[in-house]
Amino acid sequence: MTIRRRDLLTGTAVALVGERLAKADVISGKLPWHPDAGSPPQLVRAGRWEFFTGEEVAAVEALVDRLIPPDPQTPGGKEAGCAVFIDRQLAGGYGHQEGLYNLPPFHDGVEQQGPQSEKGPADLYRAGLAALQHYCRAQSGNGHGAPSFAELATERQDEILGGLESKAITLEGVDGKKFFEQLLKDTMQGFFADPVYGGNRDMCSWRMIGFPGARYDYRDWIGRHNERYPYPPVSIGGRREWTPS
Amino acid sequence: MGRKLPPQDVVIVGLGWTGSILANELTDEGLTVVAIERGPWRDTASNYAPNYAQDELRYRIRHELFLRPSQTTFTFRNKSSETALPIRTWGAFMPPNGVGGGGVHWNAETWRFLPSDFVLRSHLTQRYGARFLPADMTIQDWGVTYDELEPHYDRFEYLCGTSGTAGNLRGQIQEGGNPFEGARSRPYPNPAQQQPFGATLFAKGARALGYKPFPQPSGNMSQAYRNPLGVRLGPCSYCGFCEWFGCANYSKASPQTTILPVLMRKKNFQARDNSEVTRINVDPTGKRATGVTFVDRNGTEWEQPADLVILAAYTIFNVQLLLLSKIGAPYDAQSNSGVIGRNFTHQTISDCTSFFDKSKFVFNPFIASGAIGMCIDEFNGDNFDHGPHGFVGGGYMGQVQTNGRPIETTPVPPEIPRWGARWKEAVRDNYQSSLKPGTGVHGSMYSYRDVYMDLDPTYRDRLGRPLARITMDFHDNELKQNRFLTDKFAEIFRAMGAQRVVKEYRKAPYDITQYQTTHLCGGAVMGTDPKSSALNRYLQSWDVPNLFVMGATAFPQNAGYNPTGTVAALAYWSAEAIRTRYLKNPGPLVHA
Repeated sequence: MTIRRRDLLTGTAVALVGERLAKADVISGKLPWHPDAGSPPQLVRAGRWEFFTGEEVAAVEALVDRLIPPDPQTPGGKEAGCAVFIDRQLAGGYGHQEGLYNLPPFHDGVEQQGPQSEKGPADLYRAGLAALQHYCRAQSGNGHGAPSFAELATERQDEILGGLESKAITLEGVDGKKFFEQLLKDTMQGFFADPVYGGNRDMCSWRMIGFPGARYDYRDWIGRHNERYPYPPVSIGGRREWTPS
Repeated sequence: MGRKLPPQDVVIVGLGWTGSILANELTDEGLTVVAIERGPWRDTASNYAPNYAQDELRYRIRHELFLRPSQTTFTFRNKSSETALPIRTWGAFMPPNGVGGGGVHWNAETWRFLPSDFVLRSHLTQRYGARFLPADMTIQDWGVTYDELEPHYDRFEYLCGTSGTAGNLRGQIQEGGNPFEGARSRPYPNPAQQQPFGATLFAKGARALGYKPFPQPSGNMSQAYRNPLGVRLGPCSYCGFCEWFGCANYSKASPQTTILPVLMRKKNFQARDNSEVTRINVDPTGKRATGVTFVDRNGTEWEQPADLVILAAYTIFNVQLLLLSKIGAPYDAQSNSGVIGRNFTHQTISDCTSFFDKSKFVFNPFIASGAIGMCIDEFNGDNFDHGPHGFVGGGYMGQVQTNGRPIETTPVPPEIPRWGARWKEAVRDNYQSSLKPGTGVHGSMYSYRDVYMDLDPTYRDRLGRPLARITMDFHDNELKQNRFLTDKFAEIFRAMGAQRVVKEYRKAPYDITQYQTTHLCGGAVMGTDPKSSALNRYLQSWDVPNLFVMGATAFPQNAGYNPTGTVAALAYWSAEAIRTRYLKNPGPLVHA
């Protein structure tokens, strides 16, 4: 058994034999470099809904506005764009569990084994929102013209959300608690994520807590202890006042 | 069998930290080396440029730089009697993918293990007696000592430009450093990073309680640095987007910022990305590896013959490849025999969230680096007398908060609802005046007979290969350790003046959905006896001498520190043995 120090020409032979391999798959002799390389995120703009139907929009906007209610200083979930955020996320790969392990068999395990659902968030929202509307209408006598979730008083909306969270309210055909947890998680992500994804409009949540966002350089502040950082936040997409009208 | 490529001297599976180190060392010997990497090429400009690297949703929440479970995952259960289910989305740990591996998105916490960690079973047995250890605990000595590894730790720290304060220089204890650390031959290459308010306050609280706090050793640069290979890194800007993210400032030590600019220019090296090694090939004797088989991005299968095979993938994938390639005896928990899959461990992590008077404290938690923070080591390893406490092991603890990113880090007291007006008000009130270190208590996990890896009988990856199966739960020893450490940790936050300290103990059962760390260790451990180890002290396979296995895979049990410093030191140690001894006389470096 010996180790041979092979001739460098072997590399040429590999290139010939390996012709069927995509060229980018073999990197040798230099650091790969491309002009204008990069993969910045696509800026989400409010406008046409991509996933939610009209009735769903009304419900989701009402739901996110109770999870994060407006107050005199800071907008609520609706005005912050949480519903827009969720809509675009569900229309994209996130909605159908892109990139996750989705091979069978599907069995429910114990909680510490993690989610085992074949269906992704998009399916859960579609079914959950329909079941929620059904629940609301059934509660008010099942008549035509009975109020939908969006039309209920905010106190009643809070009761229903609390009931889903505590499992006091069950929905027909859908795990109401699971739907609630999904909605809560996505709403919070929309509220706090960079505004480029459609939520956190005008960086309202960052202004609320004092998070400076994408500034990326605090060398002049690391040594200034117990002093409030004074500058307003910046998004990956910049700031509104920087954008030419 | 697919197409066959021309033979190379060396094939390396995986191009992360250890793959890059081995490739650079072995190309220096004039060998032709090919590294085969499952994920894509990654570089700063293309993948985490400074105009969009600071994106919490994309990198932290949606895991852009990590392995996607659709490519491959693992199955998990707590006990042998249960049915394992696949990990469909990541939780407890984050497997890396792509060139640079975990080195791209780590925090760069660059620790050395304690001298006693390497001789753990002998040390504990000598001090407390064999009966002090739980009967099913399978800890063992490493077969290599701290003194042997010291030059290799040093080499990695100088490669990375590690920022820190030495605590023990050639046996002399140094003020301001970690007095418990093993002796170092020279100081850190860079001074410690500056510390934010919370960490400074922690150090003050710790000193008041009689401890000796020191800055966490950091692979984030405290100043511009040129490493011995001539590669330059820039100063860290304390951006607060380190772990889970790539560094857009070239300030975090990674293969990209320390080795690859040199390695990639070498004519006797090539990297193949988007190509997944599916098995190590052995000749009919089973005693010699002939190379590897991999599948490229188009699904085409190739054979890459080589004289020397270096397995340098992430812990679990190293073990999975050994099992799939039928190299070494698979571990069987029932009969307590075999070695591949044995002594698998993680880390025992917990935290405290502390709430301070908002009229007096402003922490600016977003000002941080990945390996920022002040720590104490009084309760790590065997730095304290375990006799009265009835457990072994320990960990460092510290105010090591890496971020104030709002999706992840907007703590509120536990009685506050999770939504609604009260929640919103509590977020606003506490963001600037609370501390949440994240992995504040960083405890060891020792090895046990019933914690192991094997192949899953049901679930397969996209190529049809059985997934690796993890059987893991916490044992009383670790839960006791964690209770003791977390209580000590909380005392320090009280001494800092916190109005409220919420302790978050680690609890059983082990939960695959809760992020702990990515420090999975063991499964093909090093040692002195082929009956209880897969690798000899040079990381060489006992069974197949032209196969070396890098990584935390070799740890017989996990210590109370982040593993990368030790992983890299072992890689240099193994590379030196290959360069100075194996190449002259290929064959077993240790005779069993």
